[in-house]
Amino acid sequence: MKDYSYFPGCSAEATASPLGLSVLPVAKELDMDLIELEDWNCCGSSPYGSVDKLEATCIAARNLALAEKKGLDLVTPCSNCFVVLHEANTHLEEFPRLREQVGEALATARLGYKGGVRVRHLAEVLYRDVTPEVIGAKVTKPLKRLKVAPYYGCQLVRPGGFDDPESPHSLDEVVASLEADVVPWQLKAHCCGSSLVMPEPEVALELINKLLRNAQENGAQCLVTPCPLCQINLDAYQSQVNRRFKTKYNLPVLFVTQLIGVALGIRPEELGLSRNIVSPMRVLAPYL
Amino acid sequence: MADVRFIDEVCSIPGGEAIRSCIQCGVCTGSCPTASRWDYPPRQAIAMVRAGLRDELLSSNSMWFCASCYTCTVRCPRDIKPTDVMHVLEVLAIKNGLSTKRSRTPVMYQCFVDSAKGNGRVYELGMMLKLFLRTNPFAALKLAPVGLGLLLHRRLPLKPNRIKGIGEIKVILNKAKALGGAK
Repeated sequence: MKDYSYFPGCSAEATASPLGLSVLPVAKELDMDLIELEDWNCCGSSPYGSVDKLEATCIAARNLALAEKKGLDLVTPCSNCFVVLHEANTHLEEFPRLREQVGEALATARLGYKGGVRVRHLAEVLYRDVTPEVIGAKVTKPLKRLKVAPYYGCQLVRPGGFDDPESPHSLDEVVASLEADVVPWQLKAHCCGSSLVMPEPEVALELINKLLRNAQENGAQCLVTPCPLCQINLDAYQSQVNRRFKTKYNLPVLFVTQLIGVALGIRPEELGLSRNIVSPMRVLAPYL
Repeated sequence: MADVRFIDEVCSIPGGEAIRSCIQCGVCTGSCPTASRWDYPPRQAIAMVRAGLRDELLSSNSMWFCASCYTCTVRCPRDIKPTDVMHVLEVLAIKNGLSTKRSRTPVMYQCFVDSAKGNGRVYELGMMLKLFLRTNPFAALKLAPVGLGLLLHRRLPLKPNRIKGIGEIKVILNKAKALGGAK
């Protein structure tokens, strides 16, 4: 059993609740002890850093300070939390003046951060610490003949990523370890439009359409992603894409922990499968 | 009018410092998934910083179309981080009251920040409602089926989740404000 500090991120409690739910039983099955960081706060996400850099770094740093007391790696399943906390860490190291200001601000809450926390994405931990071999050895319901398109999104692999930023393969290997058929497709690390889907839906719907079309044309029965924003855009907005572009997509989009959970024989209720907007039950039926 | 101090202003914020070495190759613009929407796409935006075209750029819609996909950042041959540069331009546009009304993104970011500050965690439903009330309530109708879908699938809690340490967040941010922005 390996211990980690766990940072779910705001969306794992709400719009990405199937992720928040499925992480825990899967981690347990894979001998990871994810200890939730007590009283964590919003990482600030990309919007905060676009409004006020110092404030954004301060609120990210409160989490880093809390995690430093625990002395464990800080693991998040959210690609945006990962990129933001990772960037705060890097900026605090690279810019002494910023470090000094953030230090002064944290001190008002009797907190301090020395720079000793390693921020990691859950997908990286699954790949490097747990490894596809060990995941594969625990599979009780092999996903044979299920055609899965692994969708990495952006912020897992760029900029501070652990995989090739343009042609990543780690998630392919995890999916393959579940004995599913990995669908090769060109847009696996292209942008889904992220939070622009709210203020500029036209821009994002166009990008989402391209992704769904490319996955479908390559024979995918479903997509799998580690990223909350990617999952929401491709799943919850799929009906909007169908309406806007007169398409008929019916492609379930699973969180990677949901797919692993199915292959490990974890019950569907524990994996939040009924919370996916495009129901995955038909394609998953042979394995449940 | 050209403002020769604009480049120093951009370089003074963490993330903006590398643009002096831009060779205007255009890899950033060529890689950008939303570039066709920008008043001034990334390469041109960087050229404008160096030419001191401050108000034209800061009041444009350009950086607000950056989806933070970081494709330009991993491809730039000069190790500039155009994504970070766009975040810096957004900060400066807001700070100077120049952010465009032709994009709803600046208002969304502000709603997001208010939510994160108010509860310590983002309350997604509240943030969405506030965004549409402050911009175009009719646009909300178009996206209502998405919200309803999330609600019915238990993915949009009706109540915010407030952290215990919200007082800590407040004192930390007050101090940050007093220190006057990242330098």
